[in-house]
Amino acid sequence: MTAPLRLHLRRSGSEGRDGVVAVDLALPSDVDEVEPAVELMARHCFAGLVPCARTAFRLRVTLAEALTNAILRGNHEDPAKRVWVRAELTATAIRLSVRDEGDGCDVARRADPALPSDLEDDGGRGLFIIKSLADRVEFDDRGNTIWMTLPRC
Amino acid sequence: MSFSKTTSGRGVTVVKVEGQLIVGNRQELKALIQEAMEAGDRKFLIDCAQTAYIDSSGLGALVTISKKIRENGGELRLAGLNEDLRSLFELTKLDSLFHIAPTVDEALLGF
Repeated sequence: MTAPLRLHLRRSGSEGRDGVVAVDLALPSDVDEVEPAVELMARHCFAGLVPCARTAFRLRVTLAEALTNAILRGNHEDPAKRVWVRAELTATAIRLSVRDEGDGCDVARRADPALPSDLEDDGGRGLFIIKSLADRVEFDDRGNTIWMTLPRC
Repeated sequence: MSFSKTTSGRGVTVVKVEGQLIVGNRQELKALIQEAMEAGDRKFLIDCAQTAYIDSSGLGALVTISKKIRENGGELRLAGLNEDLRSLFELTKLDSLFHIAPTVDEALLGF
């Protein structure tokens, strides 16, 4: 049986100002951990707030996509490798990062899986969905870390 | 997350998806539909009224399931998608691939 996921929370920034709260989570390369990790992060990202349904949906879908990519395509489900998630929370925004131990991915691939010729493919929509639902998406040079910014309403 | 299967009075197999349809449970849904097809079921309705979210793995599973059902001479319909889920199907243009009805009752009409 896998150990339950554990969050690490820390608060930074000057007291009395618009400080940033960071929430960190490490998870094994197991697709069964995606759903509990998404729920745990969602709960902490919206702690003390009443999120609008649209933002809660966007966070769950983009995070599930990024974690799935990291586990399947980054770490290739290697049980010795882990995935790290961080949410940096300000009063108005959530900046999520997901990092794996892989060699990085080609972030330019499958720009539009909604083309009629690709419609019946069963894969290739993950990055497209992330880019469509997040306000801002960035990658590191290696391509094994993704940052996604969402509003925190 | 869970799936429950019932049969409507019109001989349609109705599968309710509660929670989410993502990478961790997509195979379970595929297996459930496959088993029903092997038992002779041809008309399927996936009820998403209690579905919180679907990711690309879940969408991919629905595409695969739909293809298999069509290959077997059957039909798959979806119903009960909330506004966010509906927008996900529109974004990926998958709304053109599936028959999507507002409610289960409307989906069953004329099936």
